[in-house]
Amino acid sequence: MLNCELNTAILKPQKVLVIGSGPIVIGQAAEFDYAGTQACKALREEGVTTVLVNSNPATIMTDRDIADRVYIEPLTVPVLERIIARERPDGILPTLGGQTGLNLAVALADAGILERYDVRLLGTPLDTIRKSEDRDYFRQFLTEIGEPMPPNRTVSNTAEAGEYLAEAGLPLVVRPAYTLGGTGGGIANTEDEFWTIVESGLAASPISQVLLERSLVGWKEIEYEVIRDGADNCITVCNMENLDPMGAHTGDSIVVAPSQTLTDKEYQMLRSASLKIIRGLGIEGGCNIQLATRPHPTAMRDRAGNWEADSDYYVIEVNPRVSRSSALASKATGYPIARVSAKIAVGKRLNEIPNEVTGTTGAAFEPALDYCVVKIPRWPFDKFPNGDRQVTTQMKATGEVMAIDRSFESALQKAARSLEQGNASLLWEAPEWRGSDTAGNNAAGSNSARSTMAILQSLPLHPNDLRLWALASALRQGVARDDLVAYTSVDPWFIAALERIVDQERRLLGNPLTPATLRASKRLGFADAEIATLSGLLPEQVRQLRIRHGIKPVYKMVDTCAAEFEAATPYYYSAYDTENEAPPLAGAKAIVIGSGPIRIGQGIEFDYCSVHAAWALSQAGVSSIMINSNPETVSTDFDTSDRLYFEPLDEESVRDIIDNETVIDGATDGESAPPSLVQFGGQTAINLSQSLAAAGLPILGSSAEAIDIASDRQRFERFLVNLGIPQPPGATVQSVEQALTVAQRIDYPVVVRPSYVLGGRAMEIVGNATQLIRYLTIATEVTPERQVLVDHYIEGRECEVDAICDGETVLIPGVMEHVERAGVHSGDSMAIYPGLNLTEDEVATLVEYTTRIGLALGVRGLMNIQFVLQGGNAYRSPNTRQHDPAEPTTVYVLEVNPRGSRTIPFISKVTGVPVANLATRVMLGATLRELGYEGGLWPKQGLVGIKAPVFSMSKLVGVDWYMGPEMKSTGEVMGVDRDFAAALTKALQAASISLSPGMGVLLSISDQTKPDALTLIRGLAAAGCQLYATEGTAAMITALGLPVTTITKRIGEGTPDVLDVIHDGTVGAVVNTLSGDRSVMEDGFHIRRAAVERRIPCFTSLDTARAAMESMLSGRENYNVLTTDDYLATPRE
Amino acid sequence: MSRVIHLVLEDGSVFTGESFGAERRGWGEVVFNTTMTGYQEVLTDPSYAGQVVALTYPLVGNYGINLADSESHRIRVAGLIVRQHCDLPSHSDSAMTLDAFLKEYDVPGISGIDTRALTRRLRTQGVMMGLLTDEAPEQGLRRLAEAPRYDDLDLVSTVSTAGGYLWNGRDETAAFPTGPAPAGVRRILVTDVGLKYNILRLLQSRGCEVVAVPATMPAADMLAMRPAGILLSPGPGDPELLAGIVANVQELLGRVPLMGICLGHQLAARALGARTYKLKFGHRGGNHPVQDLATGRVNITAQNHGYAVDGNDLPAGVEISHVNLNDNTVEGLAHRELPLFTIQYHSEASPGPRDNEYLFDRFLNMIDDNGGPV
Repeated sequence: MLNCELNTAILKPQKVLVIGSGPIVIGQAAEFDYAGTQACKALREEGVTTVLVNSNPATIMTDRDIADRVYIEPLTVPVLERIIARERPDGILPTLGGQTGLNLAVALADAGILERYDVRLLGTPLDTIRKSEDRDYFRQFLTEIGEPMPPNRTVSNTAEAGEYLAEAGLPLVVRPAYTLGGTGGGIANTEDEFWTIVESGLAASPISQVLLERSLVGWKEIEYEVIRDGADNCITVCNMENLDPMGAHTGDSIVVAPSQTLTDKEYQMLRSASLKIIRGLGIEGGCNIQLATRPHPTAMRDRAGNWEADSDYYVIEVNPRVSRSSALASKATGYPIARVSAKIAVGKRLNEIPNEVTGTTGAAFEPALDYCVVKIPRWPFDKFPNGDRQVTTQMKATGEVMAIDRSFESALQKAARSLEQGNASLLWEAPEWRGSDTAGNNAAGSNSARSTMAILQSLPLHPNDLRLWALASALRQGVARDDLVAYTSVDPWFIAALERIVDQERRLLGNPLTPATLRASKRLGFADAEIATLSGLLPEQVRQLRIRHGIKPVYKMVDTCAAEFEAATPYYYSAYDTENEAPPLAGAKAIVIGSGPIRIGQGIEFDYCSVHAAWALSQAGVSSIMINSNPETVSTDFDTSDRLYFEPLDEESVRDIIDNETVIDGATDGESAPPSLVQFGGQTAINLSQSLAAAGLPILGSSAEAIDIASDRQRFERFLVNLGIPQPPGATVQSVEQALTVAQRIDYPVVVRPSYVLGGRAMEIVGNATQLIRYLTIATEVTPERQVLVDHYIEGRECEVDAICDGETVLIPGVMEHVERAGVHSGDSMAIYPGLNLTEDEVATLVEYTTRIGLALGVRGLMNIQFVLQGGNAYRSPNTRQHDPAEPTTVYVLEVNPRGSRTIPFISKVTGVPVANLATRVMLGATLRELGYEGGLWPKQGLVGIKAPVFSMSKLVGVDWYMGPEMKSTGEVMGVDRDFAAALTKALQAASISLSPGMGVLLSISDQTKPDALTLIRGLAAAGCQLYATEGTAAMITALGLPVTTITKRIGEGTPDVLDVIHDGTVGAVVNTLSGDRSVMEDGFHIRRAAVERRIPCFTSLDTARAAMESMLSGRENYNVLTTDDYLATPRE
Repeated sequence: MSRVIHLVLEDGSVFTGESFGAERRGWGEVVFNTTMTGYQEVLTDPSYAGQVVALTYPLVGNYGINLADSESHRIRVAGLIVRQHCDLPSHSDSAMTLDAFLKEYDVPGISGIDTRALTRRLRTQGVMMGLLTDEAPEQGLRRLAEAPRYDDLDLVSTVSTAGGYLWNGRDETAAFPTGPAPAGVRRILVTDVGLKYNILRLLQSRGCEVVAVPATMPAADMLAMRPAGILLSPGPGDPELLAGIVANVQELLGRVPLMGICLGHQLAARALGARTYKLKFGHRGGNHPVQDLATGRVNITAQNHGYAVDGNDLPAGVEISHVNLNDNTVEGLAHRELPLFTIQYHSEASPGPRDNEYLFDRFLNMIDDNGGPV
């Protein structure tokens, strides 16, 4: 014993470098902010000095007070080496930064840096990282410890792939080594598919290696989350079962915790295997293990290519680090895996770590659940309807929702509601699912006319984002359970549960709504709105009926121990059960409405805001109550708020929670409902403001009225006219004729978008009447019910500000100018702080407009305003000639968002102003002056910060990639330094879009943007880049007297064609601009896709390309590596 | 339509749900188990005799009932309490539904109640007597007051094998061996005070000849069978009521290597002179951390006990070998001189984690150190 303690003392590091995961991309999202934040806090508790590096500013972990030393710098080996040299940590913890963290750790070790600076790798041994990623190693490891894996072979080229194909036959699974979220992999059912996937997999793998494996498609997929400490004590935190059997990436599967269809013998068999694996790998910390077990015989009834398995289960994959699944497991059980892993990494034993949930027991135990947890992925196909919706081994979801309840049916239906999309209810069906002969047949009708096979074939039942709804539809149309099981391989248990839901639909549809039916429906998880649809009532009528009969949810605690011990966690979920464990919190309190699942357009930034709102409430002595449905985030960590409700963010749930928190004053018989904060949770939260106000519920900060003025196109137009602030001319139209008249009046080009969708969806810039007609007939529909907004498009410089307003004073922390001209969604633009290229007059106008709008609108809290500056160059940088101050510019207001925006974390970090915190305090009634702030523009800091977007397009097959008015990026990085050139260099490097001198660049520039491209072309040539160009562009370059190689864009009609030079690596970057005409865009589609799949920079905006070119000319290595505090300490200008 | 029935507790609380399983009244001590899988093993575990078991995991019966996973030849619980039971189980090995299984052994169940509320009540008030009934709750409460109390019942006699049997790997049909064990094979006697088949399976898989003997079998008769070791099995009820068996165990001390599990551990402790006491709501589940004091290693254990050994003032020679990290109760005893060790938890698991099967190896090693097969 004494010996062990001595060891621990020697081994405990004093200073640890924690690697973050970088920008949010598909396969690596908010879960790593949650993990990293928890880890930094845990290490501090252990007295370890923490040094954090992450390029993603939209994270809580990069706040100044989470780690001791925070570097918001690119995650590259040179940068990390400089940090290590400067900080001299004695340990490095890469296991909380996803695959990025592990890959960097391997790179640092390979470069000899860890050895040179005597830095110990904590958590997972280097050899284990290699074992789990290199398939050969892994196979060898499993053989050594006697664990089964499916028959397979690792291949490094197509010849080897062909040999195995001949030997094993199809279907085969292709898994590239060392990629995120299975990028580049897939399941091959045909030879064509096989060769396509093998080639893309070899290209995607940094070591050009893929694994070919016998297909376990249809088998049950089970995951275990396991933790091991340095004394070899192991526990499993929980197991999870995928509703979608093997074949769909677990990140793209509906997942249930705990497993539902395993016997205890099977559960323990897989648990024992998992413990054996983590012991064999020598991991100190958390680990995710994926296994496949034999399916129900019916699930394999009709499946071709079935083979005789030699084991009851196979080990599929191991992630030797915390992961998306471990975040899910933490939220599903209340067991903080990242926190415990971090403590283990610095030498703590499981039994020495307290269980924060119970406060009395330790971390050496296994959570017991007394509820069922369902996770559903959130896919981006609402934004990319043309994308390939098939779900395979390559993850496509951007985020996920989780729901907890006492039955599977109710948890599933709650999770579906939490997705916040059109098909929120399981009742949703696509019109074509009912077959042409029965179009118009209503949702619950049965149809005996069509054969089972016809019904099955008309539904998207193979893994895809709509499968859950298709399964319900099949049952509704009378498909027998076994046939559906055999067709989809989904376990009969899940199908039976869906059947119970569909049966209840029929009961609701066919009978008057009695209190008993209502109660039974609520216990099965039916939403009021769904019951209303089926019963022919309004949702509010159902709600009132419920309340009249005392049918309301109670709230149960997530306590890790199934109520065996008293617990102190304030973590709750709703259930239609009898005992309520969440009496209203006493004293002053407020509700923070979170932002739900991560999706394109509403990302981690809003979770950042929600977390700060909760913290600010607590700081002000007001109890914070968080509502959110996203398991990946910091906001749903149970110690972020005073009370957490893990619930869907819809009107029903939020009102039920408010009712539950409403204190009824016995003396006066008065009720006092807690107020809600709706400004932090993005569009999700702000959208709830109107229904909460209609229900007479209080909202903190800006009134529902003010929010409505800013959101309603016509009211907002009148509002700005009254203030005398210009906005681009435009109108709302109800018909094609009207649209043409308006466009004629305001002049082309015009920006068009449906008024009923948000976030730039389906927004386009059209240049003439033909394009407008096409848009209004093909891309969208215009009717009196579905109006379309038509605005004049101003091609100018775009700027935005976030502001805090207390009713008297408006504080603007900073002005951000976009690199790309107006027309590119602000979320996809690079943004520069401070407005380096704006004149004093321009800045003064922005500040003045912002102040007037804030005061006139009566904003209490946050707002974000987007401006466009007309006049002068649309592209400006400190390197180009300064804008001529004599030339007048006009500032137009594009939009006002009466809420926290995506740029709050960025602007907070580059200015040091705690924006979300101040806004919360203001909403509680404090004035900015009381908080120590004056109105107007906050002094410029002595730094330059540049935010750059990051896209996940390589994961989304079939999606065209170009920047436009519709947002497409999934995440962002920040480059910060003392001057523009260095900040730009780092932003580009962190976003992996920097250019290097001498590289090949392919240019295909549309006619209308050719004049603008001259500077770029000259700059590229000056840097010694080899220019390749399509016919027209090449002619222009030749005319400039510069060398160029002409490459035909007619694919297959010349050698090499544009795709060849991309695929063979001749070019390292592509510049491809679009004309406004959609029909011509098809030409560029293959070029852009090829670049995306080859993972080389592809610029569709000349402005971004110019910025990259300027950065290349300015010298790449000339930057600082400093902490955020160091940069902010630089004297202001 | 399902029949409405009540669970009435002796403190007067009433939970109303639907009947499933046998349509009859059932009473016993109401206890809760937090394991998430393994309801078939729980139902058939003789240690639950006299108890009405509430499962805290809300979805029960998902994989049906199979022919392989029972821990004795019949259901042993007096009643089952669940939040939701599954009528459409999904598993290739499933032979019947949970409902049919309960009906087959005439055991009542109640479904649809707030089992978490019940668990919280038992945790704060302690385990108590309860009745499943379709009559008015007041009448049920009166009936319950007249029923015998769990604490007063000798339940071992109701679950122990009458004549003993040689374990054949399946059931209790093989005849009791009369002669010596085959040469070189360790004969292990398992005293059946409520044994679970998995103990027999694990010993057999380690090459032992395994014989289940009646709880009442005199020590002399056991020793006459020339066992290499004797395992004192788990079982139901208060060890204080089992003075005869304790006296019998006393005669075995030092004469043959002994391993005690659960009730067997308590009986051995009492035989050595230690005290036992009743826990407020017991330990029942598959997630209890136990530390082996000799190695420092922590293992997750399967547990099912309502009584425990008092760790204070242990008799000379007896030392605590394992402790429960949740509440520091005694989880294992060792003896400085005598060849015996005992554990409060279930190294045979079933249901629960299999982390502790190594203890059977330790027992066999102890036997071998003590001279091996007799």
